[in-house]
Amino acid sequence: MQRLGQAMFLLPAVAYMVLFYGYPVIKNLSMSFQNYTTTTFFTGEAPWLGFDNYKAVIGSAVFDKAVLNTVLFTVGSIVGQFVIGLAIAIYFQRKFPLSGLLRSLLLLPWLIPLIVSSTIWRWILDKDSGALNRMLEGLHLVGDGPGWLTSTSLALLACVVVNIWIGIPFNVTILFGGLQDIPEELYEAAALDGATGWRSFRYITWPLLRPVTSVVLVLGVVYTIKVLDIILGLTGGGPANSTQTIATQSYQLSFVEFNFGQGAALSNILIVISLIFATFYLRATRRSVDE
Amino acid sequence: MVALAAPLALALAACGGGTASAPAASGEVKSIQILDYYGTEPDNTIYKEALDTCGQASGVTIKREAVPGSDLISKVLQKSSSKTLPDVLVLDNPDLQQIAATGALAPIEDFGLSADGAAQGVIDASTYEGVVYGLQPITNTVALFYNKDILQAAGITPPTTWDELKTAAAALTKGSQYGVAFSAPADYESTWQFLPFMWSNGGDEKNIATEKTADALQLWVDLLSSKSASDSVVNWTQADVNAQFIAGKAAMMVNGPWQIPLLNAEEDLQYGVIPIPAPSAGENVVAPLGGETWTIPNTGDKARQAVAAKVVECINSDKNQLMLASARQTVPTKTSLQEEFIAANPTMKTFSDLVQTARARTGQLGTNWPKAATKIYTAIQSALVGGQTPMEALQQAQNG
Repeated sequence: MQRLGQAMFLLPAVAYMVLFYGYPVIKNLSMSFQNYTTTTFFTGEAPWLGFDNYKAVIGSAVFDKAVLNTVLFTVGSIVGQFVIGLAIAIYFQRKFPLSGLLRSLLLLPWLIPLIVSSTIWRWILDKDSGALNRMLEGLHLVGDGPGWLTSTSLALLACVVVNIWIGIPFNVTILFGGLQDIPEELYEAAALDGATGWRSFRYITWPLLRPVTSVVLVLGVVYTIKVLDIILGLTGGGPANSTQTIATQSYQLSFVEFNFGQGAALSNILIVISLIFATFYLRATRRSVDE
Repeated sequence: MVALAAPLALALAACGGGTASAPAASGEVKSIQILDYYGTEPDNTIYKEALDTCGQASGVTIKREAVPGSDLISKVLQKSSSKTLPDVLVLDNPDLQQIAATGALAPIEDFGLSADGAAQGVIDASTYEGVVYGLQPITNTVALFYNKDILQAAGITPPTTWDELKTAAAALTKGSQYGVAFSAPADYESTWQFLPFMWSNGGDEKNIATEKTADALQLWVDLLSSKSASDSVVNWTQADVNAQFIAGKAAMMVNGPWQIPLLNAEEDLQYGVIPIPAPSAGENVVAPLGGETWTIPNTGDKARQAVAAKVVECINSDKNQLMLASARQTVPTKTSLQEEFIAANPTMKTFSDLVQTARARTGQLGTNWPKAATKIYTAIQSALVGGQTPMEALQQAQNG
């Protein structure tokens, strides 16, 4: 009887998990093995294809480029967000007038809807009349403004920069929290021994911040690898597929070409990659709890 | 994980609400449901009034649902899997074959309707495997808009051939003003704008890796490499192109008649409209057809379908074609109405002429059109800014 009672308490959580996580994941998995098209929605028929969808998406000309772009986009964004985020977090450790207000203003990029910020960035980065190029030309830094979103060699970089701007608040917030947890006495004791500045960062801040760091990095990867709206808003995957990632290509297949089977196959590949990082995350957090 | 979540939302929707409008309500039909994407003004009011009048004539009230254009297809798929399709469904014409192929639409012939008298391209767009599934009251296409003041000041006459276009665009480029603007982003808009150049030169969507298509693409490449058009075209929507034209940053632009209300709102702007320049003098221009087709889904309720057919017929009547075309700066699809239409709307002559010979995007490839359209815009971008020659870009896209 007591066991049944215990089970009843679990029921809402289990039902929620099955309905909102289990069903979609399994549906997406089965979809990726089927010829799932617009017709399927009307007739309910989706012929079994085995691994054909996976073969098709991996064999397509865009796949290699999309994988490379996904890696560059993710690594570039994470490194940028983390380094700048950590620098800002350390800066705000010192108390100065209005530091609380400034720190909360830093959250702004996080609060603006992504589709709004990507549209505004698209204007800023416009080749001829964008604010950035007008400024660079005004300062005589460049003669002819670079095509941030129109050059195949710069477009991915532009997407990375915008994504870094969006990701900084998240990094600052979590890292700032981690820094607050490092006892002040350690810095005082180290200072007595002559360790200040860079040495105190290297031997106190960095090692003690490591559990938080790994959480930030792993969550960052999982959030960044699936970014869709920013890229769609800035370049739509162009020019000439130069900003096409696995996520945007999956969207393209499912909702532009109506090839839901292949779209699902590609998004499953993305899920597996995310899952690997999620396992790292779980292990990292478990270790920090054990410590 | 947006890419993942959305098909699931569709699939989940399939589980619920299957009983909402089951074919139980036979007998007297009091109202019918319509799904369209005329959600923004002035279109919203224009269609509401036209439909209310048509509803009254058939003795029913109209329940309209308007969704954003980009959401229409996912809405339709959702409704078809939950068996809650509306009585009348308004589709962008290149989507018709895709939806007809699912079996969701009823042939209009079943209700005694016929598309006879419409321009052939319009009928082709609404036909799937030889059967007509929709009626399209009005249509549009793209043409070349030019700024009269700028051309006059430079002593340039509007170009009618590709060579003239190149010369005129080069002569009109100075300072922050480009000679011409068009739209070539990574989506179907660039395909749509490129088609009149490709088709007029004899190019074909079945195989794009041909000299004819490469020559057409070379024209766009030349316009960019001579700086007569901005590199930004690969990131501009047609609305962006229009904004550049209004701001005086482009002396000419490729665009459609739906921009006319915005252009007319600018008091200082004097503009003219001519067909897209032909490859060489005297050759025909083949433009792509735009606009929406009105269909009757297979809801299973014969009584409601019959009423829906009456409403579709009413919207496609001569009177409504002329009314909608005038109100929305588009062209009636019936060829017999052109004379009367141009007499009342002389500025629409260019578009009316173009529509008579225009082609449907899905006319040849049907449900394979989305794939071909993707290949075309990928090749366009690779040639414009990706460093490939037009032929290389087209070959790679065709084989990709």
